[in-house]
Order: sequence, then structure tokens, then C-alpha cells
Amino acid sequence: MRRIYLDHAATTPTRPEVVKAMLPHFTDAFGNASSIYSYGQEARGAVEEARAKVAELIGARSEEIIFTSGGTEADNYALEGVAYANERKGDHIITTSIEHHAVIEVCKFLEKRGFRINYLPVDKYGLVDPDDVKKAITDKTILISVMHANNEVGTIEPVEEIGKIAREAGVCFHTDAVQTLGHIPVNVDKLKVDLLAISAHKFYGPKGVGALYVRKGTRLVSFMHGGEQEKRRRAGTENVPAIVGLGKAVELAGQEMGKEAERLAYLRDKLIKGLGEKIDHIRLNGHPTRRLPNNVNVSVDFVEGESLLLNLDLEGICASTGSACSSAILEPSHVLLALGLPPEQAHGSLRFTMGRENTEADVERVLKVLPGIVAKLRAMSPLLKTKK
Amino acid sequence: MPDPWSLYSEKVMEHFKNPRNVGEIENPDGVGYVGNPVCGDIMELYIKVDNGIIADAKFKTFGCGAAIATSSMVTEMVKGKRIEEALKISNKAVAEALDGLPPVKMHCSVLAEEALKSAIKDYLEHQKLKKQT
Repeated sequence: MRRIYLDHAATTPTRPEVVKAMLPHFTDAFGNASSIYSYGQEARGAVEEARAKVAELIGARSEEIIFTSGGTEADNYALEGVAYANERKGDHIITTSIEHHAVIEVCKFLEKRGFRINYLPVDKYGLVDPDDVKKAITDKTILISVMHANNEVGTIEPVEEIGKIAREAGVCFHTDAVQTLGHIPVNVDKLKVDLLAISAHKFYGPKGVGALYVRKGTRLVSFMHGGEQEKRRRAGTENVPAIVGLGKAVELAGQEMGKEAERLAYLRDKLIKGLGEKIDHIRLNGHPTRRLPNNVNVSVDFVEGESLLLNLDLEGICASTGSACSSAILEPSHVLLALGLPPEQAHGSLRFTMGRENTEADVERVLKVLPGIVAKLRAMSPLLKTKK
Repeated sequence: MPDPWSLYSEKVMEHFKNPRNVGEIENPDGVGYVGNPVCGDIMELYIKVDNGIIADAKFKTFGCGAAIATSSMVTEMVKGKRIEEALKISNKAVAEALDGLPPVKMHCSVLAEEALKSAIKDYLEHQKLKKQT
């Protein structure tokens, strides 16, 4: 059975061109980028070339890019770095209730350390109101963090408007662009952000590498201590092969993402439309139009997400759910709850995120098997009867 | 060969794919209803009792793979058992009968035990009322 992978928001396969670019840096060109002899300088050159590529794609300068171990580290560094650099200036941070855990959990950690955090609500589509951001700003606000697009429901946030507000108020502004970079245009000046986090494996690069854009003049305390790398902000020998892979993935995304986004949006809309036609009591989560080109997130009434996933897996289809049946806390996705979904609908959510290898045939396959799976699970659901 | 990295045992998957005793019993002698939508598992268990012996058991479940498999297994286990014996079925016994559950899913077996106990309690209360009248 051919497997159909529809979970590209979780991770993507590394492209062969990316692997090819990385390979020499494990063996022949293995040098430490900090060494002054030729091996080292080759490695330094490769790292700086990758840095220039990342900078170019997001409209930044090379010296504003810091390589990290991924999106989570980039987000952690941005929030903690700004918070501790501005402790004397203020103690207030504004974020949203639908951020990725790499932001929310850092905020909770900072809260325990005495910072005050505002978790702004979102509307039923998952949109943050820029006015709410404006109203939340006080003279103690040191940072605003709003994600570019949500990883679960795919809603694209009004980051540009919020950036304008942040800049007028003179508050540092961070965005988690892990779900958008390489998929839709990201430009740091257009978005008016001071900090922006990216991750390579979300756009066909390798796992374990990402970057944080830091606008020149932004004050951050160092995240890692122990060397001169990344201007002493992030010490540790550079992961040269991974950084080269990130650079290659960025280069390819820059060339191809416009066309690919169009193709994916077509598949996305076909899947959304088809699901609505073939399954009753199903609803789209997230915004109908302001949404990532590859994201479909639906709630199927009366059934639970994990049993949907297991059944899809038996058919060779890989997807994701906001049901937290497998986590120890048993609470469904904080994002879906923030959108106002009742718990049983959050537990019945299903996310399909498409990518390069997917075709129309994959969408048709989902539309062919899912209605039967839903019918089977509904036949054994006690919720359906009580709604009759 | 079983895949050591799969979440569930083959037996859990077998019961998940082909759950036994799905449905409701008309005029049941006892009904158990446990769980809540917040944690994502709801089980409804019906029993038919004949001379102190559970003659039939059926279930309806909203929940994950483990919730469905434990519901299926517990209904299989109680059929033909005397009420006193059925009351002794523990969540561990249900999990063991399924060749084990992942630690994060043990609560599903607890729910299955509770659903059974709640159905039996319902039955016993009805019996008590019958005697009084």
C-alpha cells in the first residue's frame, strides 16, 4: 500500500538536493568554521553562504541571522533573550493564546520568574485583533510575540498591522514564522518585526537546525555561553552540514514557493469542499481564506480524533489531530479551545497538511476512505444518540 | 512480526478494528455511563442479566483506540459471568487481556472498569427497588 503523507506541518522529508549539498560537509569539508586553516575557512565560507541565503529570502542583512538548533530554540532565545535584557525597563510581555508551545511554555516559565504575561484571545477563526494588542501595551511592556501563522489551524495572523503598532509604541516585536517561511512570502521589513524564528525541517530542510533573525539594535542576552560563535550570542561549534542544508532549502523555497503555494491551495480547497460534501456534521477550523496554502483542519462531530487517525493509518494515510487522548494531561488542543470549540469538537479534530509529493489523487483517496471511517466510528458513538 | 514501536499491541488493534458487542440493548437490566467530553472519552455499557448471570453486554464509546478496545474487551470478559465475579474484573485484568496498554492509556482501562461497575450498580439498584415494591 502506498503511504500518503499529509502531515507536513509536523515535518517534511529532506529534499535530495538538500542532502546532496550537505554530504561533503560531513566528510571532505569537515572543518571547524572557527579554525584559520583552509579546512576551517571552507566551512566558514559555507556557513556564511547559507546565512546570506536566509537573509536574502527574508529581506534581512546577513549579520542579523543567528543559527540555532531549530524553531524551538529560536523562540526560546527570542523571548528569554529580550526579557532578561530588558528586566530594568519593564516586566510585561504580550502574546496570544494560540502560540506554539515553544512560545507559550517560555512565557509560563518567565511568569514564574516574575514577568507578567498577557495571553490575548482570538476570534472564532483564530485571528488576533491588533486593537487588543494596542490596548494591552503599557509603559512596562518589553515584548510582543504573535505567530505569523498558526501551526494547527493555519490561520495567518495580521502580523504587519501588529508590527506597526509595536513600532509606534517602541516595543520589541517577535514572530514565530516556523509555519510560513518557505511557504508564503516573509519579509522582516514588511512585517515590521524585530525577531523572527524559522525551522529548516518545515520546508524540506534537515531537522535540528533553524535560525533567529535579530534586527540590528535589538538587545538580547546571550543564549549559550562558551565560545565566540554567532557573535557570542549562541556559542558552540556550528552544525555546518545542517546549516548548509538550511541554506539550500531556503534557496529552493525562494525559487519555487509561489507556484507550489498555488498548487497546494488548489488541493486544499478541493479537500475542504469534498469533505463538506461527503460528510455531514463536519466543520472547518481556522479562517476560510486567511489560511496557509497547505492546511486543512476540520472537526468531525461525534467521533474522536485518535480513532480517526488510527483508521486512516490503517489505510496508509498519515494525518494529525488536536485531540490529546495520548497525552498525559488529556486536554485537547489549546488552540482549538481558544477558537471557542467545545471539548468534544476539539477532540474530533483532524489536520491534513499537504506538501510537494501530494497530488490530486491523494486528496481523492482521503475523500474516498474518510466517510466510511466516520460512519463506522459514529455507529459506536454514544454522542450521536444523545443528539438525535 | 509485531512492530516494537507501534503504539498499541496487536490485540488492541484487533479489537479496535473489529470491536465486539457494539450497540445498545433494548430494555437493559443495567446501564453504565462514564467519562466526559473534556478528557475525550465517553463510555456507555449495557448489560442484560439472567438469574444473576450477565447474559449479554454491549457498548457505545466515544474515544481513542484504547478506549474502543477496552470497551470491546470488557464486554467480552463479562458475558457469562455471575454479577459477583464481574464486579471483581479490574482495569488491570482488562489491560492484560489486551496484551497491555501504553502507560498514558491506562486510564482507558480504568474507564472500562468504571463503566462495568456503574452498569452493575444500576442493575443492583433496580433489583432493590423491585424488592421494595
